[in-house]
Amino acid sequence: MKQRLFEIQSNEQIAKSVYRMQLCGDTAGILPGQFVNIRVQGQFLRRPISVCNITDGILTIIYKVVGVGTEAMSHLPIGTKLDILTVLGNGYDLTKAGDAPLLVGGGVGVPPMYMLARQLREMGKAVRVILGFNTKDEVFYEEEFRALGCDVTVTTVDGSHGVKGFVTNALDGQQSYYYTCGPLPMIKALLQAAGTNGEVSMEERMGCGFGACIGCTIQTTQGPKRVCKEGPVFPAEILIL
Amino acid sequence: MNMNNRLQISLSGITLANPIIPASGTYGFGDEFAELYDINCLGGISFKGTTREARYGNPLPRIAECGNYGMINAVGLQNPGVEHVIAHELPRLKSHYNGCIVANVSGFSVQDYVETCALLDKEPIDILEVNISCPNVHNGGMAFGTSPEAAAEVTAAVKAVTTKPVYMKLSPNVTDIVAIAKACEAAGADGLCLINTVLGMRIDIRRRRPVIANRYGGYSGAGIFPLALRMVNQVARATNLPIIGCGGVSSAEDVIEMMMAGATAVEIGAANLTNPMVAKEIIDRLPTLMDELKIDKLTDIIGIVNHE
Repeated sequence: MKQRLFEIQSNEQIAKSVYRMQLCGDTAGILPGQFVNIRVQGQFLRRPISVCNITDGILTIIYKVVGVGTEAMSHLPIGTKLDILTVLGNGYDLTKAGDAPLLVGGGVGVPPMYMLARQLREMGKAVRVILGFNTKDEVFYEEEFRALGCDVTVTTVDGSHGVKGFVTNALDGQQSYYYTCGPLPMIKALLQAAGTNGEVSMEERMGCGFGACIGCTIQTTQGPKRVCKEGPVFPAEILIL
Repeated sequence: MNMNNRLQISLSGITLANPIIPASGTYGFGDEFAELYDINCLGGISFKGTTREARYGNPLPRIAECGNYGMINAVGLQNPGVEHVIAHELPRLKSHYNGCIVANVSGFSVQDYVETCALLDKEPIDILEVNISCPNVHNGGMAFGTSPEAAAEVTAAVKAVTTKPVYMKLSPNVTDIVAIAKACEAAGADGLCLINTVLGMRIDIRRRRPVIANRYGGYSGAGIFPLALRMVNQVARATNLPIIGCGGVSSAEDVIEMMMAGATAVEIGAANLTNPMVAKEIIDRLPTLMDELKIDKLTDIIGIVNHE
């Protein structure tokens, strides 16, 4: 864990209720699948947001406005300095990917898949990506994943863009190792359809975000585990959903 | 005068380098904070509450923001059980922390408290902090700390099985905290720690349900500071026991207020979650603040608003 000041370089809406913020600061040690915990003025608890990408001292996060804290974040101007805790959580295990991993992201589960996809592509992997959204105006980052050289399929529940249905409608039955992040119903459906040969980024309401308050502990077949510390990424086979 | 001696205090004969103790449940066993600063700067550490048996605690979500000045939690005392703590967490803490170790204990029957404290009596801890905000399973779930008789019973039972100083941690969710405090004093408590969290609630108006699965939880953070200060002052004026003041402390100024009200040591809780550096920042700031306020030694101001 580190506590650092970052400066906002950009903060723009990229889809319905979804914003991308780029911040300049000390990004050393941050791994794909980790998150950061942001102090938002006027709010008591920090806001934990997944890391979307790191390049050359720029941290990119993508967040959805879901409450007062994220609402406040969406109005922060360029130049604002934010107190951020970084290097939080365990991150994805890239050694398990195999040659042709599958990445499945749903809604705001999509952003953490990006840095993972970038690093897997840098390792020469053939990366297949399924991005699931509710409807066309919620879709984001389709072209960004394609530009990495990934094989990208977008699904929308109402069929307004890409394949109609859920992410599971886009599975092709191959036995790849998968990485996933998204709403709990999506995760349950994916595990049902694709088995447990993969890892899941879980989300729970957090207190401190760095392991001290044990507010975010989930039950697993290996005992209680803190989503912010032993997670947020867990092997699918140990989850009790 | 040596800079260090200005901050020094004493609890039941134990010298602490300063009055700052992270509150139980907000600091684990210090491992996470040790990544950010040298935790040996702390006068003491009150470790995560332990119980006779391992507990998972309450269903999620069990922690939430509670407005701009606090948070609400119903974590439910998740811990690996006292025997695991004695075998693993405590030795690890002792291996890298030299200050005063406060062992926080909870229980759901008098027997629970007795067995847990008897085990800890043999261990290298300095103070037993007995949390009586827990429901008594043998008394319809009424918290031990809500009745003077129950509080006294736990105090006496624990005192009988240990020679460590016993500090009773009092609940604020009572009609008369002074009555509880006096009952603990009469039953032999060596000190008091107050307050624990204040029972509270928030509702998510979009989802139309309470923000935490347990419905009600403990409210903590800056919003409860005036309540905590008032109760510390009431108890200080009514008993002769040393007091560890706790509740909404987040600045060096708050520490001074707590001590002036009657606290000898001060626990910092929720503030650790939002600013993990806060305890160290407060310790670092105290000498400068004391200079501004013309305080020579912190012991000079303990209970000073109570001196007639």
